[in-house]
Amino acid sequence: MNNLCKMNNPYSDDKVIDACSLFGAMDTTGKRFSGEGVIKAITNMHVRSNGLGGGFAIYGLYPEYANHYAFHIMYLSQEGKSEVEAFLKQRFRIVAAEEVPTQPIPAIVDPPIVWRYFVEVDPQKCGGKSEDDYVVGRVMEINTGIKDSFVFSSGKNMAVFKGVGYPEEIAEYFCLEQYEGYLWTAHGRFPTNTPGWWGGAHPFNILDWTVVHNGEISSYGINQRFLEEFGYHCTMQTDTEIIAYAFDLLVRKHGLPIEIVAKIVAPPFWSDIERSPAHEQKLFRTLRQVYGSLLLNGPFTVIIAHQGEMIGLTDRIRLRPLTVGTKGSMLYLSSEEASIRLICPDLERAWIPMGGEPIVGSLEKPLVPRGVVIAGGANTDAN
Amino acid sequence: MKTYLPPKFIVERDLERCIQCQVCVNQCSFDVNYYDAQDDEVRSSEDKCVGCHRCVVFCPTNALTIRRNPLEYRDNYNWRPEVIEDIIKQAETGGVLLTGMGNDKGYRVYWDHLVLNASQVTNPSIDPLREPMELTTYLGRKPDRVEIEQNPLSLKTELAPQVRIEVPVMFSAMSYGAVSINVHESLARAATEAGTLWNTGEGGLHPKLYKYGDNTIAQVASGRFGVHPEYLDVAGVLEIKIGQGAKPGIGGHLPGEKVSAEVSMTRMIPQGTDALSPAPQHDIYSIEDLAQLIYALKEATNYTKPVAVKIAAVHNSAAIASGMVRAGADIVVLDGLRGSTGAAPKIIRDNVGIPIEMALASVDSRLRQEGIRSQASIVIAGGIRNSGDVAKAIALGADAVYIGTAALVALGCTLCQQCHTGKCAWGICTTDLWLTKRVNPDIGARRLSNLLRAWSLELKDILGGMGVNALESLRGNRLHLRGVGLTDTELEILGVRMAGS
Repeated sequence: MNNLCKMNNPYSDDKVIDACSLFGAMDTTGKRFSGEGVIKAITNMHVRSNGLGGGFAIYGLYPEYANHYAFHIMYLSQEGKSEVEAFLKQRFRIVAAEEVPTQPIPAIVDPPIVWRYFVEVDPQKCGGKSEDDYVVGRVMEINTGIKDSFVFSSGKNMAVFKGVGYPEEIAEYFCLEQYEGYLWTAHGRFPTNTPGWWGGAHPFNILDWTVVHNGEISSYGINQRFLEEFGYHCTMQTDTEIIAYAFDLLVRKHGLPIEIVAKIVAPPFWSDIERSPAHEQKLFRTLRQVYGSLLLNGPFTVIIAHQGEMIGLTDRIRLRPLTVGTKGSMLYLSSEEASIRLICPDLERAWIPMGGEPIVGSLEKPLVPRGVVIAGGANTDAN
Repeated sequence: MKTYLPPKFIVERDLERCIQCQVCVNQCSFDVNYYDAQDDEVRSSEDKCVGCHRCVVFCPTNALTIRRNPLEYRDNYNWRPEVIEDIIKQAETGGVLLTGMGNDKGYRVYWDHLVLNASQVTNPSIDPLREPMELTTYLGRKPDRVEIEQNPLSLKTELAPQVRIEVPVMFSAMSYGAVSINVHESLARAATEAGTLWNTGEGGLHPKLYKYGDNTIAQVASGRFGVHPEYLDVAGVLEIKIGQGAKPGIGGHLPGEKVSAEVSMTRMIPQGTDALSPAPQHDIYSIEDLAQLIYALKEATNYTKPVAVKIAAVHNSAAIASGMVRAGADIVVLDGLRGSTGAAPKIIRDNVGIPIEMALASVDSRLRQEGIRSQASIVIAGGIRNSGDVAKAIALGADAVYIGTAALVALGCTLCQQCHTGKCAWGICTTDLWLTKRVNPDIGARRLSNLLRAWSLELKDILGGMGVNALESLRGNRLHLRGVGLTDTELEILGVRMAGS
């Protein structure tokens, strides 16, 4: 079996440690736009990464295959590729397959082969489980069971492009300026204990959930042990994986709304809970009592995305930066405000959210243009 | 019979300093120091000295020194002086040797082989002087998930009763009768002030302490002493005592001499009669019997308070704890090898049970493997000495710890191990009114709440150094621990990696 932690964390540290630049852009009306601006914005934060990881997630990417799971898979050898393709043929109906177009550039050395497959699930094969759970199971099998292969992404109408290099190099290598989507997230990485393994770059993905993450979760040990009780095996030993699983458990399995999930991973202080109105007091206290082990403690900013939604969130004392900007129906999230202004100089609003306050962009609730708020201050009428 | 026991200690009196004030005579409850009127001089019968240092501390001119009697037997690792003297005592009495306090033998103290982590560069440490740092803990059964009603947002899930403590350190069970009413009052007031809990032990609760009920854990032990509806009603938490770390599998015996009028009223037994706690609870011969008692107590209190079950840490603790949780215990209490007692057979205290670190690690892991960890809080007891031990216990998986010995040390105890004699010169483990007034509850409560305050400040420093600002982020987070000088098997059971790895 492939031990992913050996590839991702070759020195077997407690976990992968890294810091990063984050950027997210979403047109909340669902209109697709090219990656040119996003690439420019993440490039502007070059010094926040060190060339050992960059990546992008794009939603609304494959409208022609919107109902098919889009598998982006990387291979380090032809054997891996043949084995995976045989595996896919047995377990899915492959509707289309092609190599992901790339262009050689000097900075990208020794890249893996990356292919994409659009597949359907035969309900007969799910054995009573949902199609999503079936896909999760097969992705885990490929990642841990088949040599020299790793699934970059496995959601519908979306994909992840990532690798070892600066984000602008990865964008150029994968020709990302040619793609369009209504939601883009981007990541530049500064790992301290991971030499280049393409699978270890962000965004981290499972189904259509992606996470880009800046920070180090100091509560990792207990978060991991808590998730294990619910059957999640943290094979990659990254904070990012923990965050993805926590959201999967809370949103998909426990059916909690995103505002509540934010109050679990970045809860208010006990003293603030005591001061809140009676019904909130009971709600927040109960959440902390039950989900205390999922408090993500230590510095982090994340941009989490899935079909139709983008969420920005920091830890509760905001030890890592997050700036929000809006213009018209566009929502921008970034580690640095300068990057937003670089591609959208005439923002209507820009602000720094409070620690633990989720910023949600959703196709269900498109942004409406509002007045201008001066940057840098806490926003009084956010959301 | 002439005793062959040599004196344990030598009392040295500096005659130049001694002013014959006789403070040492009055302070010594073991009749070591006496005044010789004929010679106008204070003298000592050293064979009775227990080394409690009461006279040393209270001598106004620092004239006294207590030394260990060197007793230079021929060296013999197997036949050490303690071994020889125990045999002498039994040859002279024919009885079970009794002792007080916890196991004093050199079993490995695992806390001393575990080290804590701190943040450097890649994540910031948090300064507790400038940022909020949360130690608040809720003890009690929690569900696996919360259900929410959308539109409007409201809670569907109702939690079982939870008890809030502001510092994860509580006072262990010490019964009224074993310790004095002043000690009970000191503990109760300090717990109330610090926002934590104290435990009645198995001797009931004196009515004058009912007002501290919310911060009181009322124990229900095998003798059922002092258990009545009001006792259960006033308490914040109930605790069924199955066993005690100092004497696993052994009952208790409060001698009749200690059963004064007030003790008799509180324990609900005639004055002057021995209070015998049977070794097992005679209505619990099996796990399903435990479930019945747990639910009897829950019924009696209308499901308003958590019910804890305390066991001594023994070989099969993990399996037993799992059964306890399934039987309805809201809090699992584990009392380890070094747990203390007011009186126990020495051979039991020194040889039965397992180290609390191992028991805690295996119980926490087992409950997680079985997916029932959130159904009960884990509280540990037995040898916790400082906030470093507390932090390590939390990281291994404890929700909170009990301290007994440390609390008594705060009140003056010097671990002379004479608790079973009822003659405690510090006025702690006695009901002799001449001695009990040595613990002033005003001062006792202050000393104890000072201790809790000091430990909370230190815990906040430790948490901040690790870069977390809430205790729940350390709880069960064994990645913040590393082992030093431990074997692979020990590391595996503790679930901790070797330092440097």
